[in-house]
Amino acid sequence: MSADMIEQPDERIRAESFATKLMKKPELGAIGGVVLVTLFFLFTADSAMFTLSGIMNFMTPAAQLGILGIAAAMLMIGGEFDLSIGSMVAFAGMIFGVLTVNTGLPLILAIPLTLAFAACIGAVNGMIVLRTGLPSFIVTLAGLFILRGASLVGLKLFTGGSTQLRGVRDAVEGDWLAPVFSGDAFTGLFGWLASLGLIETFKSGTPKVPGIPVEILWFIAFALVATYVLLRTPVGNWVFATGGDTNAAKNSGVPVRNVKISLFMLTACAAALVAVITVIDAGSTDARRGFMKEFEAIITAVIGGCLLTGGYGSAIGAFFGAIIFGMVTIGLTYTDFDQDWFQIFLGGMLLLAVVFNNVIRKRVTGER
Amino acid sequence: MSHDSRFHHGDVPTDAKPIIHMENIKKHFGNVIALNGVTFDVTPGECHCLLGDNGAGKSTFIKTMSGVHKPTAGKIFFEGKPLAFDSPRDAMEAGIATVFQDLAMIPLMSVTRNFFMGREPTKGRGIAKRFDVDRANEICMEEMRKMGINLRAPDQAVGTLSGGERQTVAIARAVHFGAKVLILDEPTSALGVRQTSNVLSTIDRVRQQGVGVVFISHNVRHAMAVGDRFTVLNRGQTLGTAVKGEISSTELQDLMAGGQELAELEGSLGGTI
Ligand SMILES: Nc1ncnc2c1ncn2[C@@H]1O[C@H](COP(=O)(O)OP(=O)(O)OP(=O)(O)O)[C@@H](O)[C@H]1O
Ligand SMILES: [Mg+2]
Repeated sequence: MSADMIEQPDERIRAESFATKLMKKPELGAIGGVVLVTLFFLFTADSAMFTLSGIMNFMTPAAQLGILGIAAAMLMIGGEFDLSIGSMVAFAGMIFGVLTVNTGLPLILAIPLTLAFAACIGAVNGMIVLRTGLPSFIVTLAGLFILRGASLVGLKLFTGGSTQLRGVRDAVEGDWLAPVFSGDAFTGLFGWLASLGLIETFKSGTPKVPGIPVEILWFIAFALVATYVLLRTPVGNWVFATGGDTNAAKNSGVPVRNVKISLFMLTACAAALVAVITVIDAGSTDARRGFMKEFEAIITAVIGGCLLTGGYGSAIGAFFGAIIFGMVTIGLTYTDFDQDWFQIFLGGMLLLAVVFNNVIRKRVTGER
Repeated sequence: MSHDSRFHHGDVPTDAKPIIHMENIKKHFGNVIALNGVTFDVTPGECHCLLGDNGAGKSTFIKTMSGVHKPTAGKIFFEGKPLAFDSPRDAMEAGIATVFQDLAMIPLMSVTRNFFMGREPTKGRGIAKRFDVDRANEICMEEMRKMGINLRAPDQAVGTLSGGERQTVAIARAVHFGAKVLILDEPTSALGVRQTSNVLSTIDRVRQQGVGVVFISHNVRHAMAVGDRFTVLNRGQTLGTAVKGEISSTELQDLMAGGQELAELEGSLGGTI
């Protein structure tokens, strides 16, 4: 091999335009979606939507869904689905409620126990999928019903007949860990900004937005960590490989079993985290918690650029997918449109995203 | 093979200890008997060719060697000690790298990510330990260049590569990681003339570095060019092992095709095969 040949660039490459480079990013569609939806509401919605309090208004549900959506995206990149996460929110909420209210455990014990419980169920899901070789779609569909039913039965058992467990607020009142999972962060900063007149205040001088709801911080942190893990660590490479072709990945030395089981544990834990945050926030838990969230999480992941066949997608895409979701649900209340347009909007977005992703995939792989 | 005294059950040269020794390996898939008692070994610095007809069991055999299949019966000795690989990862960690017939590549992933799949180089330590993408790209481009292929970009998806380019990535990967044993299952089936000679000379190079090479091919010329020993499989059993110089390429070719049928063909094709 002569040296001049090494230096010589391949004459068959055309310089890649910035646009083509962008096209190769799985999250492109979701970012485009955010821009479109923002433009749409800029023209149709009340200007209050894009004030600080308006933004917090739609970011809070986006964050709660997004935590589920990012986990679902990672699992989907790994080639599997988890339809049980919505029911898992209710089930983990029940466990958490019972631990704090009935047994009176402090949060430092109750939260890790809830997460551990969820992780175990996630691991069982994963093991069943691996052992039987059945599609995870079916296995976790069973989980959807089992966990929803178990939450109903369990709640009645622990409350003596009610499907709602109250008293969580009192139970966690004053717990030093509570501010990490509930309420607003940076209240000091927001108060200071208000005193300088930089953000909107009520007449009394207190800021209209007291701080950033903690779930938004969890959401952002989770998106950053997930993106880092996927793109910059060996484990991330294993997730893509496992979803791309399980057999090839296994033959190349990727521990595919561990990867899949860990991902199922991750989605279950994400559901448990959402349960903890929303249960503390609401002060109670009920069996309907997380209803339909599994589908919304999958839609979020798909809008975020995940392929249903696995091996391709992004966590940051799911992040934007969740924001689109939050904007559409809450945004419609700022417009003159009927609220119920929401579902039509959502279905349309999903269809668009799937078609778009399919085209992108063909470009990336140069499918012929 | 009683009619040919030169094609005997070749023994391991007494001076070299085998790196891996497979003893009487049997493999059944349900009621299919894919391997029915195959004994095989590789010593450091030799290229042992595994030959045989389609469906003879070559791929199944090397898959038991690289940890993909567990043998139904039989023993595996690695550097003299009995060993059972639980997964391909175990075999890799022992220093066995394989180019599978189906290549084990993931079309949606970039060349570099495929190259290092399962054994990514890292930098940093503890929680900051991360995939060293720059170094991985560099090594990958360099290894591909050695095989005679200039990649356009290391982040190109493998799905966009040509069949031969893809095969070259798989070979370069195995050569890079095959510290002790390098297994190549028909690595040259899609390669051009220049790349084929590159692969053959690469086999020669790693052999001189003391790596044991297992080379599966249907091409007798390629096998004769680099092989030190030749083992022929037929219907899941060993026909025998010959040492280089003891067997001519025509004899080998007859054995690989089961003798007779090829002779008939040769008549109608005027001896062109
Ligand atoms: N997973 C499996 N299940 C059932 N039968 C199998 C399986 N894998 C291989 N076989 C059978 O075992 C036999 C040997 O197959 P193998 O792939 O090892 O052949 P080969 O020698 O590599 O052939 P080729 O030259 O075509 O690559 C074939 O008859 C095949 O049908
Ligand atoms: Mg084969």
